[in-house]
Amino acid sequence: MNLMTGIAAVLLAVLATVRPALAGQDEVDPLASPRWADMRYLFPEGATLRFDPRVRVLAPAVAENPLQVPLTVDASELGPVSEVLVFADFNPIVEVMRFFPEAAPAWLGFRIKLQQSTPVRAAARTADGVWHVGGTWVTTVGGGCTVPSAKAGSPDWQARLNQVSGRQWNRGAQADRIRLRIEHPMDTGLVAGIPAFHLDQVELLDAAGQRLMRLQLHEPVSENPVFTLRRGAVAGPVEVRGYDNNGNAFHARIAP
Amino acid sequence: MKRWLSGFLVLLAGAAGAADFDYGLKAQRVADGVHAFIGKTEDFTPANGGNIVNTGFIVAPGGIIVIDSGPSRRYGEQMRRAIAAVDQRPLVLVINTHHHPDHFLGNQAFAGVPLAALPGTIKGIGEEGNAFAENLFRLTGDWMQGTEVVVPGQALRAGHQETAGRRLRLLALAGHTEADLAIYDETSGVLFTGDLGFFERAPTTPHADVGRWLAALDALEAITREPGFRAIVPGHGPVARDAAPLRQTRAWLNWLQMALRRSAEEGLDMNETMARAIPAEFAVLPLSASEYRRSVGHLFPGVEQEILEPAR
Repeated sequence: MNLMTGIAAVLLAVLATVRPALAGQDEVDPLASPRWADMRYLFPEGATLRFDPRVRVLAPAVAENPLQVPLTVDASELGPVSEVLVFADFNPIVEVMRFFPEAAPAWLGFRIKLQQSTPVRAAARTADGVWHVGGTWVTTVGGGCTVPSAKAGSPDWQARLNQVSGRQWNRGAQADRIRLRIEHPMDTGLVAGIPAFHLDQVELLDAAGQRLMRLQLHEPVSENPVFTLRRGAVAGPVEVRGYDNNGNAFHARIAP
Repeated sequence: MKRWLSGFLVLLAGAAGAADFDYGLKAQRVADGVHAFIGKTEDFTPANGGNIVNTGFIVAPGGIIVIDSGPSRRYGEQMRRAIAAVDQRPLVLVINTHHHPDHFLGNQAFAGVPLAALPGTIKGIGEEGNAFAENLFRLTGDWMQGTEVVVPGQALRAGHQETAGRRLRLLALAGHTEADLAIYDETSGVLFTGDLGFFERAPTTPHADVGRWLAALDALEAITREPGFRAIVPGHGPVARDAAPLRQTRAWLNWLQMALRRSAEEGLDMNETMARAIPAEFAVLPLSASEYRRSVGHLFPGVEQEILEPAR
């Protein structure tokens, strides 16, 4: 904490001249998490962190099903964002995923597994290298990371591994939206006898090869992940491709 | 001294409140020889000890048939005493309507009495009973002390059954869970719906299949049109003299299904769906807000899968 306060003080002194409006925001964890000091190690040494209400993490305050806790991360108000790190302080696997918005705005909906009640946070890195941190507490029953995936009871999951379904919306209030689902057990490796087996990289590109977003997924992302994103100015079909940590690759096309 | 004394009194009051663990069960007469214990229309809390469920019993010529045993060993024991206060006949059968914990965790108190349920319920209690019990310990605390899962040993089948001289019609349905038993006592015209029927309390859906549930409600409502029908004891909520619990449950499920489909069609994610307002007609039901959000968690993944198309 002292180290952090020290860094913060130096930082504030520097920033005071450049962006005085932000002064003071990085001093106290608004979620009052006892693990916040440890969370700093997720970031490169010397990285500048700032609590920023413009990074919104939407989640139910009480999540009954710890295997499918919905999160919607919105850092689009920051302007261009190069990377968003999603993490949960008290999860046995803290890091949930990173996403790298390119043509798409820094906005992503998905679901995660939580082992116990915890802050769930998103840290968005802007071009100036500053990580803007937002988050919320989620109270949950627990056991989300040490429960076998449903595929354990389903004999034909291998035939459907990495199959993608999806849809784009062009009209109505959600006119720039893409939703997709990828069949994958997303095993955490924390269940005895079931090794970690999860999607690793997923990327979405338009027909011209321009990348909308890249996702780097970790074990806490829910089984059969569903992603909701905004495609920004991109139009036409969207290619989805990726692979899991066992090297199983896939690629699919979502019609406009 | 004064502070010490008041501290002691607080302790004493706390101890008294915690020590008696009295559910205050009082049998409500539904019809001749048919009684119910009506629980609170609340969620599980340490204050209610899990008494949020309806149980009941039928006094047959040859003995007493018990329908559901409540959320804990203590509940089962207190229920047994409350039954004895109404009628001294021996207990001949305990039936569990389905495998949810508030309906079978009192089974221990009925040692020596045959326990019966549908095969799917027996399987469900065997597989998930312990996890349910642990969860109720977490939600209600010491009320659960000494509670252990007892799996029914006797499998029930749909159809007419003569038990202790009383003719029961057993309906093997599904939709609230994989196996939902409804019991129609033809002598009195009382229909025990189990959790296929909720009344004045929002339905719960952790294992629901809405389509099958709606079909089950139709089958139950047909019984209420029979000439001998007198009353419904729903799984949760007050006793009714007509089909109102079935109609209310159906209206909720129809709305829920439509709301989830509309959200999925519009491209909303799960959080956005949870944030949607509940129509006034349903918002007045106790626990509507929390049950709606829970139901989104249970059912939305299946609904959204239907509207996403295979990508190749």
